[in-house]
Amino acid sequence: MGLEYPDDLKYLDSHEYVRLDGEIATIGISAFAVDQLGDIVFLELPEVGDALEKGTSFGSIESVKAVEDMYAPISGTVVERNDALVEDPEQLADDPYGEGWLLKLRITDPDELDEAMAAADYRALVEGE
Amino acid sequence: MTQLPEHIDSPPISQTPLYQLCLAQKARMTEFAGWEMPVQFSGITKEHEAVRTQAGMFDISHMGKFRFTGAQVVEQLQTLVPSDLSRLQPGQAQYTVLLNPEGGILDDIIYYHQGQDPNTGEQRGTMIVNAATRVRDKAWLVANLNPDLIVLEDVSKEQALIAIQGPQAERYFQPDVEANLSSLKRFEHLESTVFGQPAFIARTGYTGEDGFEVMLPPAAAIELWQKLSDAGVTPCGLGARDTLRLEAAMALYGQDIEQNVTPLEAGLGWLVHLDSKGDFMGRPILEQQKAEGIPTRLVGLQMQGRYIARHGYPVMLDGNMVGEVTSGTLSPTLGYPIALAYVPTHLAKVGQQLGVEIRGKVHSAEVVKKPFYKANTQ
Repeated sequence: MGLEYPDDLKYLDSHEYVRLDGEIATIGISAFAVDQLGDIVFLELPEVGDALEKGTSFGSIESVKAVEDMYAPISGTVVERNDALVEDPEQLADDPYGEGWLLKLRITDPDELDEAMAAADYRALVEGE
Repeated sequence: MTQLPEHIDSPPISQTPLYQLCLAQKARMTEFAGWEMPVQFSGITKEHEAVRTQAGMFDISHMGKFRFTGAQVVEQLQTLVPSDLSRLQPGQAQYTVLLNPEGGILDDIIYYHQGQDPNTGEQRGTMIVNAATRVRDKAWLVANLNPDLIVLEDVSKEQALIAIQGPQAERYFQPDVEANLSSLKRFEHLESTVFGQPAFIARTGYTGEDGFEVMLPPAAAIELWQKLSDAGVTPCGLGARDTLRLEAAMALYGQDIEQNVTPLEAGLGWLVHLDSKGDFMGRPILEQQKAEGIPTRLVGLQMQGRYIARHGYPVMLDGNMVGEVTSGTLSPTLGYPIALAYVPTHLAKVGQQLGVEIRGKVHSAEVVKKPFYKANTQ
């Protein structure tokens, strides 16, 4: 399919990714998810200061055709959210792993990522469909 | 995001004659009413815009196609629809609905009146029905029509169907058609040839734009699709078809209209001709509703902000659920979210302020005039 899955990220089977940098986790959704959604028109994200619990819904993403919930890959407190993207959600498609990040969390337990997938496993999962 | 779908065994899925061509054009396919159909090619927004500004084409070969012949085709079909088909001249068409005895909508259809066959003297007509309801429609028609006076031939799988829609549709399509398309008015149809093959061509569609629907044999359909594509007509999928039809406030069967809804409730009162018609299926209910009023009505909603009301979301007033959204999207042409919803008749007036509950919060909505978008034609 020609989509990218950077090696420094961890992935969930529900298509969110995490980039861990010390105790800060950057959350986004994979290029595969962006491709599947099609034209993205709306994002709903939590506020700075909100506490997220691993596995629970933290917001939603809408494309022209559907709305999907997004799930926290790791627990933490929201320290930053990508307001530029909320203003202009279409930009998500251009750079899902860079400018298209959604949230930054301050985490307490990096071990929660033990079950998350490495890039190769995630690629095999979505491209093996 | 959702989990990946698990593989489940399901009945065999049909493919249209254009299936391989759509795959070659990088269509993303989806299962729809037992068919494997393109949901999008270049992207819903792009395809939508092509139809509004240039021309787009849709593979709608999955739809049901019935041909009727007999001594009394119009008279027989008259008994099953609320519209007065006897007003049609040969070459004209009527959008209407098949009704059950309770006045509920079994399907929405287009009937094309073809007049008398000059050789046999028999009447001829063609009906296009929804893919999901084709089998039920056929059984219903056969059970309720007199076989001595009308015969139904189901050509759904033998014939392909392509919709070419948009302000430039005529310019792109004309070179492939023997007949002169400029003489064909909206909702008229003719029989001609396309690449030497017999083709049934109607100036109808479900996008709110000018355009054509052409029924023709599979090989000619493949050639036509390829040629139009090479000429610059944008291949479009079911995704764009849905946003286009919703902007034009055209009801989608199984979503906005169903068996338990009458055409009066569905805002289709304009196709109910009680005065000029005799008896027909469901007439007493429609008469009663005309006299006493209807409890609920399908209205158009415009959402404030960018929150999109979707199918099944509750319509709210003063903290109470008063209705339900049946279709909703962000209108690509208008730039704001639009929806169709059933609400109590006293709340159906244009300008009525309502709310829609979206993920636990109520967002403002206003009842607006339908259609949301009207093409600049005629």
